[in-house]
Amino acid sequence: MIDVIDLKKSFHGVEVLKGINVTIDKGDIVVVIGPSGSGKSTFLRCLNCMEDPTSGSVIFNGVDIADMRVDINIHRRHMGMVFQHFNLFNNKTVLENIMLAPVYTRTQELNRQRRKNMRQKLYNLFVPEGKKKELAPIETTKAQIKDEAREDALRLLRRIGMEDKADAYPSTLSGGQKQRVAIVRSLAMNPDVILFDEPTSALDPEMVGEVLDLMKALARDGMTMIIVTHEMGFAREVANRILFIDEGVIKESAPPEEFFTHPKNPRLKEFLSKVL
Amino acid sequence: MGDFGVKVDRFLEVFIDKNGYVRVLDGLQNTLLIAITGLLIGIVIGTLIATVRVVPKYKTLPRVLNGICSFYVGLFRGTPMVVQLLVFYYVLLPILEVNMTGVQVSMMVFGLNSGAYISEIMRSGIQSVDPGQLEAGRAVGLSFHTSMIKIVIPQAVKNILPTLGNEFISLIKETSVVSFVGAADLYVAFSYIGSNSYEFMVPYLVMAVIYILMVMLISLLIRLMERRLKKSDRRN
Repeated sequence: MIDVIDLKKSFHGVEVLKGINVTIDKGDIVVVIGPSGSGKSTFLRCLNCMEDPTSGSVIFNGVDIADMRVDINIHRRHMGMVFQHFNLFNNKTVLENIMLAPVYTRTQELNRQRRKNMRQKLYNLFVPEGKKKELAPIETTKAQIKDEAREDALRLLRRIGMEDKADAYPSTLSGGQKQRVAIVRSLAMNPDVILFDEPTSALDPEMVGEVLDLMKALARDGMTMIIVTHEMGFAREVANRILFIDEGVIKESAPPEEFFTHPKNPRLKEFLSKVL
Repeated sequence: MGDFGVKVDRFLEVFIDKNGYVRVLDGLQNTLLIAITGLLIGIVIGTLIATVRVVPKYKTLPRVLNGICSFYVGLFRGTPMVVQLLVFYYVLLPILEVNMTGVQVSMMVFGLNSGAYISEIMRSGIQSVDPGQLEAGRAVGLSFHTSMIKIVIPQAVKNILPTLGNEFISLIKETSVVSFVGAADLYVAFSYIGSNSYEFMVPYLVMAVIYILMVMLISLLIRLMERRLKKSDRRN
């Protein structure tokens, strides 16, 4: 589903990623680990072009989204992202946070269809019978879109047991609650893949569990996930592949058992001896 | 001060019997009209400029726009309001052969001028919003300007509301120079009353009181607005 080909990224002349090649298939749960400053977060952020790659390509569903001519917004809708610092929209309630993007994108789609029909109608006025073209059917309304998105958002909130917080503002939530809302916010767009950028690093230890549990549940549902994390136990339990990034390249890529018990790369051995 | 009562009597004579209050009301209306339209135009211009100035600049168009905007801000912050009024009224209008009243010119100049100041206020407001907010908007597939309008700018406005109120207050006070281009504001009304009663102490005192009352009223409104916008905040 995602093919990363020779991905490079420099910041002000400093090369952070020095050519990453990796393929991620549907249903994969890939955990990315590595020492700090190794480029693992940059790698993740290049996948949805939060950082524009300096060179190389990211082929997502058959399109090279690293190409600057591609409308990245359309592809990002199929690629959720969860941040270390949650980044919930502070001026919106929990429910609005979840509904914002689905409602906005679907309404935009509806308006585009309406404008197209309008043009078609105008065109039909001037051409003879037989050359007239059918209008595209419009089955939905703005109110309907909103209602559906609300239902959807409430269903997602029920799933994480936070229905009662629907009208609360993010500033009143705990870190774990914020992160779970952030996860369902990206779920609301029905993404093909979700990118997690150190989702538990900013949490109190006792809240890490609730977020990891939600991520495990997603994994069981077959969601494709790419996770940058320091939670080794979680990586071992959930991942079906672990990447070790160091000095801007992937130094090792293996299933968790092999990765933790028989590491080949010397740098990885050293790293594991420190963190385990 | 013994004849203060006499002075008040003379002021009241012109103010009420000779319809001075009509001029005062007209002046008040013009003052508020100029300040409020100026502020509204300023907010629109300021927001646009501020947005242009925070857009990432690796393409040509944003870079050119950014240059234009910094020139504009430099121009309007670098000259006094009176000079701008005079230049518009006595230089630009004759050259362009446009007919505008003093009040219209004042509204325009106040708008353009406060736009320059508000752009800087707005820029600091936008930059005070956590960059993660914009990132989160982009990550769910909203475009740069949609994330800006729906997420960043509302939060920025909340942060800068007190400063924006300051700007409005200083606009109200600065309207006292519009008589340079023949617009009849509060100052013009009261100096009319003064010269008709040969007595300036009371009219100017009343004028000062009216300015203070306006400013106090505005401060009150801003405080109420702030309280409403704070509902998403932790500090209540």
